[in-house]
Amino acid sequence: MNNTTTIVSILLAAILTDNMVLSKFLGICPFLGVSKKPGTAFSMSIAVTLVMVVSTAVTYPIYTYLLYPKFAYLQTIVFILVIAAIVQLIEIVLKRFIKPVYNALGIYLPLITTNCAVLGVTMLNITDGLSFVQSLFNALGAGLGFMLAMLLFAGVRSKVEAADVPEFLKGLPITLIAAAIVSLSFLGFAGIGG
Amino acid sequence: MKGQNIKYFTNGLIKENPVLRLVLGTCPTLAVTTAAINGIGMGVSATIVLVCSNIVISLLRNVIPDKVRIPAFITVIAGFVSVVQMLVKAFLPSIDVALGIYLPLIVVNCIILARAEMFASKNSVLPSILDGLGMGIGFTAVLTLMGAIREICGAGTLFGLTVTAEFIDPMIVFLLPPGGFFVFGVLVAASNAIAKKNGKEIVEHLGCENCPSRSMCKSVSADEEVTVDE
Repeated sequence: MNNTTTIVSILLAAILTDNMVLSKFLGICPFLGVSKKPGTAFSMSIAVTLVMVVSTAVTYPIYTYLLYPKFAYLQTIVFILVIAAIVQLIEIVLKRFIKPVYNALGIYLPLITTNCAVLGVTMLNITDGLSFVQSLFNALGAGLGFMLAMLLFAGVRSKVEAADVPEFLKGLPITLIAAAIVSLSFLGFAGIGG
Repeated sequence: MKGQNIKYFTNGLIKENPVLRLVLGTCPTLAVTTAAINGIGMGVSATIVLVCSNIVISLLRNVIPDKVRIPAFITVIAGFVSVVQMLVKAFLPSIDVALGIYLPLIVVNCIILARAEMFASKNSVLPSILDGLGMGIGFTAVLTLMGAIREICGAGTLFGLTVTAEFIDPMIVFLLPPGGFFVFGVLVAASNAIAKKNGKEIVEHLGCENCPSRSMCKSVSADEEVTVDE
């Protein structure tokens, strides 16, 4: 029972209070770059969530059983290489066995290697001292939180595009200020999931 | 030749400032700039990695096969990041705590990968060093400026010294995530206004033209333009 509550609170924290994009500033590039259409935003987030969970499942045991404590300083270099390899593997497996999923997500996968949200979540799992199961749920929550932020922002952006924006704010500045307001709304969740 | 070298260096300072003109490295720009000193710490760490990786990648530019260049670049960058990470941990523990996981995340900082891909892999060592140095200083300057603005508005201090805290109530929201997005938006607007006045192009979108993942991303953006709303 106690376990379930911890997992629920980890999920809620990862999705709402510690949202990857809006409060940790990880994955800003896809957040600003691929959020013009809700459809694209959704596919991209699904791909990110998938890679996050699989990467956590692989990097966590590697760190705990191979690197820690003697080679902990290799964390950065090992994690990024493992993530790059995982992304390649996922791409190959999807292409070979699950063609429809590959067609929907394939183009986003190569972009995810250098997405700081994926490397960020695998590292945070270690720094926060979570257990293996907790880490997996944290990764899942981070991915869902990324999706929530992307979808919300895609909606906000379609309104902004239609609005009459002052000349000097057109383009990127108004997008960033809109992101500030979305992020402000997420401050309201502070305290949930403790 | 000498004039050309100076150009490589000054390029990154203003004309192609990585943050405001190329819009790269937005994640650390937003995340660590809650205080001016953090901006300097992040900027200097990234500059060291940038210069070192530019040197190595420039030296290896004829050795690395084209097909595996991105993984090769990432490996080189990750190596230098680990070195910087250990140095910061040993000598500046307070900066290490302030930067947290954003220090190792320099690995995926697109400025470094972008300069490796666009510059160091095509130029000899000296231009690559100058380019890295210029870009790094441009990055540090913007981060420090943003850190200073957020620190003054949000805490009333600058580099830890009290400035306005005694007569203006600090607005904590500037230190919180929304403040980061807001200040960055205002800075980009200001830089656009200056660029326009000088007859330069303004930055309308995220720096996709300069993104290292551009070649892979093309299909995504093409998809965005073609798809009709369901």
